[in-house]
Amino acid sequence: MTAAAPAIGNARAYMRGRGRLLVSPAVGLLLAFSILPLVATIWFSLIDYRLLAPGALRFVGLANYVRLLSDPSFGPALLNTLLLIGMVLLASIAGGLVLALLLEKVTFGRGLLRLLVLSPFFVMPPVSALLWKNLLMQPVAGFFAWVSGSLGAPPFDWFARAPLASIGLIVAWQWLPFACLILLTSLQSFDREQREAAQLDGASGLVIFRELVLPHLARPIAIIVMMETIFLLSLFAEIFVTTGGGRASSNLAFLVYSQAMLRYDIGGASAAGIVAVIFANVLAIFLVRAVGRSLEA
Amino acid sequence: MRPYSLLLPIAALAGCSPQHAGETTLTIATVNNGDMVRLKELGSAFEKSHPGVHLKWVMLEENVLRQRVTTDIAIRGGQYDVVTIGAYEIPVWAKQKWLAPLDDLGPAYRKDDLLPPIRSAVSYQGTQFAAPLNGEGTVTMYRTDLFRKAGLSMPETPTWEYLIQAAAKLNDPAHGVYGLCLRGKAGWGENMALITTMANSYGARLFDEKWRPQFDTPEWRRTMTTYVSALRGYGPPGAVANGFNENLALFSQGKCAIWFDSTVAAPFVSDPKTSRIANSVGFASAPNEGLGRGANWLWTWGLAVPSSSKKEAAAKEFIRWAAGPDYARLVAARLGWLAVPPGTRRSLYDNPEYRRAAPFAAITLKAISAANPNAPSVKLVPYVGVQYAAIPEFQGIGTEVGQQFAAAVAGQISPEDALAEAQAATKRQMAAAGYYK
Repeated sequence: MTAAAPAIGNARAYMRGRGRLLVSPAVGLLLAFSILPLVATIWFSLIDYRLLAPGALRFVGLANYVRLLSDPSFGPALLNTLLLIGMVLLASIAGGLVLALLLEKVTFGRGLLRLLVLSPFFVMPPVSALLWKNLLMQPVAGFFAWVSGSLGAPPFDWFARAPLASIGLIVAWQWLPFACLILLTSLQSFDREQREAAQLDGASGLVIFRELVLPHLARPIAIIVMMETIFLLSLFAEIFVTTGGGRASSNLAFLVYSQAMLRYDIGGASAAGIVAVIFANVLAIFLVRAVGRSLEA
Repeated sequence: MRPYSLLLPIAALAGCSPQHAGETTLTIATVNNGDMVRLKELGSAFEKSHPGVHLKWVMLEENVLRQRVTTDIAIRGGQYDVVTIGAYEIPVWAKQKWLAPLDDLGPAYRKDDLLPPIRSAVSYQGTQFAAPLNGEGTVTMYRTDLFRKAGLSMPETPTWEYLIQAAAKLNDPAHGVYGLCLRGKAGWGENMALITTMANSYGARLFDEKWRPQFDTPEWRRTMTTYVSALRGYGPPGAVANGFNENLALFSQGKCAIWFDSTVAAPFVSDPKTSRIANSVGFASAPNEGLGRGANWLWTWGLAVPSSSKKEAAAKEFIRWAAGPDYARLVAARLGWLAVPPGTRRSLYDNPEYRRAAPFAAITLKAISAANPNAPSVKLVPYVGVQYAAIPEFQGIGTEVGQQFAAAVAGQISPEDALAEAQAATKRQMAAAGYYK
């Protein structure tokens, strides 16, 4: 017994070594695809790399970062990123909850309704942005202008008067089905007996909703918040198609684009990219914590 | 993941077609405008007359084309043998030695036939670096029926003041007609092109001789307040989203009384197939305040050969064909005179058949001849270009400043604040690029 112990230990060590060897290609690939680009981006962010300037590629230290952080469009971009995420989360979860509650009550034709509710999710972002911009929100020929015109009100110039809110509206419309679907499935898993028991105890519909249904929905809501935040951080097409940027509607992703593709400033774009990565990570830490807490609860 | 990643290099190899002896494939990157689409259609005629040369077309939207081609050439990718580039890029790229000189296109190309402003726009320090395919200037378009009804008559060369007064009189939102349509959409090739050209006619310039931005001058203030108040007062709602295409749609549907923009629009608005008001369109010269420069911009799309191309001889042969004097006749024979790319050659405007087919020929010629990219302002400038400054930094500057100007049209900030922001942004970008040592 005692003599066999080191042999087992050896075998374990051997197996562990083997295991490491076997996973090394996967780890290597992971490193190659995630770490190398990051390292390259960090390096680019420290040099003067402008495609249109001859003889560039000079090490400039943190000059790109200083320029970015002192750029007057950086602060608004950061704020717009947060505002957009907040607006879309709020609208899609509130709207999705209402839709899900209504859909749950429907018994006839629910399949078809669900399909219809889901359809905005399948429209490509640039297409839906174009639809909203040209067919609905356009202040001369758009549908909203026609509605307000027939009510005797002047048309509302959406992208001039409320650019960020207009973009938020479009994106919320796209994400509404996602929130609705997740909330609907979890509503359907809500325990019927629990509801009946509460009803027998004399609880009103509103009380049941507040005390039983909402806590039941905390987890799916946390999931929605996390998923949508991940995608909304990199929101781009809707801004590009509708307002084309500007201080009132650019987010961080758009700032990176305008640095790289409009100024051909790879150094500046890389610095903005790194800042965006840091920002996303900070946000992610908070989110993972919040989601983890709701999963434990 | 793994098996596919092994296949990738093989797929990439299969992608390049083997080159047979004497066979050349020219990759042509071009913008997707009407003239280029027709050139692509007629490209088979070139392939027929030049056996062994195949044309591979990459057609892209203007901004995407610019990004693709710029990155490819900047990192010496060598993907393209012929590229379509605009008047702005030609001097910038020629200076970087990114383009092969095109001085040797031979007598059949008839270099002397090119309109002088166009020829200087495609040249850098006296050497031609691109062969112009089409050219454009600016023109005032207006509704003759509305003018007649209101008892107004358009002068041959109006002033801004006259245009705005007429717009105020003709502005009739209740009946869906707006007085004045102008570009409002942010972008260095959209609202910036218009506002900078307008500023030139008010005696302004983008930079002084020491590259200091001039947005804090009284000339620019006058331009911006006039532009913003005219567009907010008599422009269509949503003007801040209107670029060339949006205004073209509005004017063709009869929603604008006056539209000042590129001569490219002239064939579309006078064709009954694309315009509801084709029979009542009038043309006048670009506004001029009598201060020495009119609001005349100049733009041209030209074909150029990147110096990274290894097929220069074949590429030049193609350019000689596509931008040469005989191409116009080929297009006219196949598609009619109106489809001929306008604005590059004197011979087209001397052709009585073309003049008969195109009622806007004279005004286009006049508009192009009036532009002077080498001296855009009455004051001295260190740059070339009317509605742009041909320096690498201008795209970034124009984008940022254009957004500020659009914000002023949207009413988010005042014209004065927009100019102050523009001045600060331009100074910052020029400093970052090392202009102030």
